[in-house]
Amino acid sequence: MAGSGKAHLRPEGDALVSVEDLVVEYPVAGGNTVKAVSGISFDIKRGETLGLVGESGCGKSTTGRALIQLPSPTSGAVHYNLVDLTKLSAEAMRRRRTDLQMIFQDPISSLNPRREVGEIVAEPLNVWGPKNKAKQKALVDEMLNAVGIDPDVARNKRPHEFSGGQCQRISIARSLVLEPEVLICDEPVSALDVSVQAQILNLLEDLKKKYNLTLIFIAHDLAVVKNISDRVAVMYLGKICEVAGSDELYENPAHPYTQLLLVSSPEPDPTVVLDRSDTSSGELPSPINPPSGCRFRTRCPLADDICSSQEPQMQEVGQDHFVACHHPLIKVAEAPAADPVWTEA
Amino acid sequence: MNASVTVNSAEASANTNGASLLQVSDLHTSFSVQAGEVKAVRGVSFSLDQGKTLGVVGESGSGKTVLARSIMRLNLGDNVNTSGSAVFEGKELLASTMSEMQTLWGNEVAMVFQDPMTSLNPLVKVGRQVTEHVRHHLGASKAEAKALAIDLLKEVRIPEPESRLNAYPHELSGGMRQRICIAIALACEPTLLFADEPTTALDVTVQHQILNLLNREQQERHMAMILITHDLGVVAGRTDEIMVMYAGNVVEQAPTAALFADMQHPYTEALLRSIPRTTQRSHTRLAAIAGRPPDLIDPPSGCAFSPRCPYVQPKCREETPPLQATDNSGHKSACWFPVGTPENKEAFEKNLAARLPQTMSVAEGAMVNTEMLQEKAATQEERN
Repeated sequence: MAGSGKAHLRPEGDALVSVEDLVVEYPVAGGNTVKAVSGISFDIKRGETLGLVGESGCGKSTTGRALIQLPSPTSGAVHYNLVDLTKLSAEAMRRRRTDLQMIFQDPISSLNPRREVGEIVAEPLNVWGPKNKAKQKALVDEMLNAVGIDPDVARNKRPHEFSGGQCQRISIARSLVLEPEVLICDEPVSALDVSVQAQILNLLEDLKKKYNLTLIFIAHDLAVVKNISDRVAVMYLGKICEVAGSDELYENPAHPYTQLLLVSSPEPDPTVVLDRSDTSSGELPSPINPPSGCRFRTRCPLADDICSSQEPQMQEVGQDHFVACHHPLIKVAEAPAADPVWTEA
Repeated sequence: MNASVTVNSAEASANTNGASLLQVSDLHTSFSVQAGEVKAVRGVSFSLDQGKTLGVVGESGSGKTVLARSIMRLNLGDNVNTSGSAVFEGKELLASTMSEMQTLWGNEVAMVFQDPMTSLNPLVKVGRQVTEHVRHHLGASKAEAKALAIDLLKEVRIPEPESRLNAYPHELSGGMRQRICIAIALACEPTLLFADEPTTALDVTVQHQILNLLNREQQERHMAMILITHDLGVVAGRTDEIMVMYAGNVVEQAPTAALFADMQHPYTEALLRSIPRTTQRSHTRLAAIAGRPPDLIDPPSGCAFSPRCPYVQPKCREETPPLQATDNSGHKSACWFPVGTPENKEAFEKNLAARLPQTMSVAEGAMVNTEMLQEKAATQEERN
């Protein structure tokens, strides 16, 4: 999309979480509104991992937070287990949130520096879980063990005594201690080294299997998203551009923006020919006053008149592969791709 | 700056005869802290020629930033001890006074830092920050400096440069700010540029643009560049030579193509294996490096990577392997059992038999992935 449409939604009842026409807007100075998310729809099946990928400012974190109503979206519906979370009372939502937990980008600042690790992980239990200290300790120990932290060593230490990777493990333990169904991961590995990043990604895969989790994985690194996701949604300036199975999306990108992201992603291989053209430059337009029609048109090499006047709708271009573009790189029901537009001849 | 600096003058004078732009030999930097002496850089030597790019790769805490800052003489404080030699254009940097360094900074040697949000002064307009060096070093008038600033902003592809000169840093995006930092670094046409993780804080698309920009400027100006990063993907297509650092030491150094074609050090191999690739199927099990980097106050004896290495042998824990050339192409590595040799295979088999955890995890990772591929192939066949 940088467009709208719901063609990519799967039959109702299949999805554990389904989001329809989600809009999030923030008022800013001068009577303007920031249109952070402008009418997106997607769904996630139980046990699936959905990757949300896009540049900073595309609304991927806002989407993640809108799912757990922090804050509630301006309009649209978020169904979880067929219940519309946006219509729940504050208290009912508070109870429901135990099923949807979140981990954040900066592992160190998301833990309270004044508290001990044992207390941090036990805090959700103080609110919801067994209040019995012995039971709490058993649960906390189990969780810390599951994320690869020795509870006897860690329990009485504070976050500054741990590395970034270990803090991220602790924050995963905290989010899983209430046994949620859905885990929203907001750039959980962006602040980590490659070697630690691999450890955390493997850990998330293991925990997903062990606790039957459904993951929403938000990141800007395409390789990371591909590795962990079953299905990927590419976002641009508050809209979804393309949705497809993870392998399909990377083999046959249909949206010019997806292809731009793929070309920009650095491959650790010196034989890959780099695109050194200047054409891919250009900045994300302001979300206060987004371009008309297709929002990507200001940076798109294929843009023409129709792109500025009409917003593209989601259409199917392959099996479970949807794109919102007037000039998709794969023609409808025809594969594989046309010539790539970003590489120089 | 009161940091203690010891110069090996004999070596320094010997190196001035060489034609290299920058010649670093046996550089050590340590920081005295309450708990002891943090040995951040432990004997690094390399040379860099005019117009060439050197990539320095390693995890956080491997000493790559401290290395750059030691050469630049930017490590301030009473607790810093630097020894060795760093000769730049025939001049020993480690023996220079601070006022001599001030004539070099920005003018001959410049640096682009990791975080474009904090490396600009938030209270000063972009225009003045870009022209500061030019006014100071070249004595340009205000009007000349302004004209030059506009040219520079155009060159780093900032739209509407005239109006941007009056902007404050907070009015610009991260990518724009990094472009400004590059413009500042290029203002006096330095011969050597340090780029310390210049794109780590940026999006992939912006990263791609900034790296292209740095490459283009470097070629046009025939400037030497040291590109510091933790991402092997960033240096792969954009450097002439790569130096892999671990725990303050260089563990492998080679021309870029040779390094990727023939990895010799287990750490380099592990680093590359841990990166997810877009060419891999989804849910490929990543080969994470077990454990964490060593404590640099009390580094392990022998090879610093031995506690995490899947090929570790008793010899590795006792004797430190020297960085030595393995062929004539300039490929050097510091390992007793280099990857790809029969000794290495033997070591792996031995460790596998002894069920060493880090060796097991590499073997299991490979197994999980083969199983997964077979499963996928099977389901594919069923579908057909």
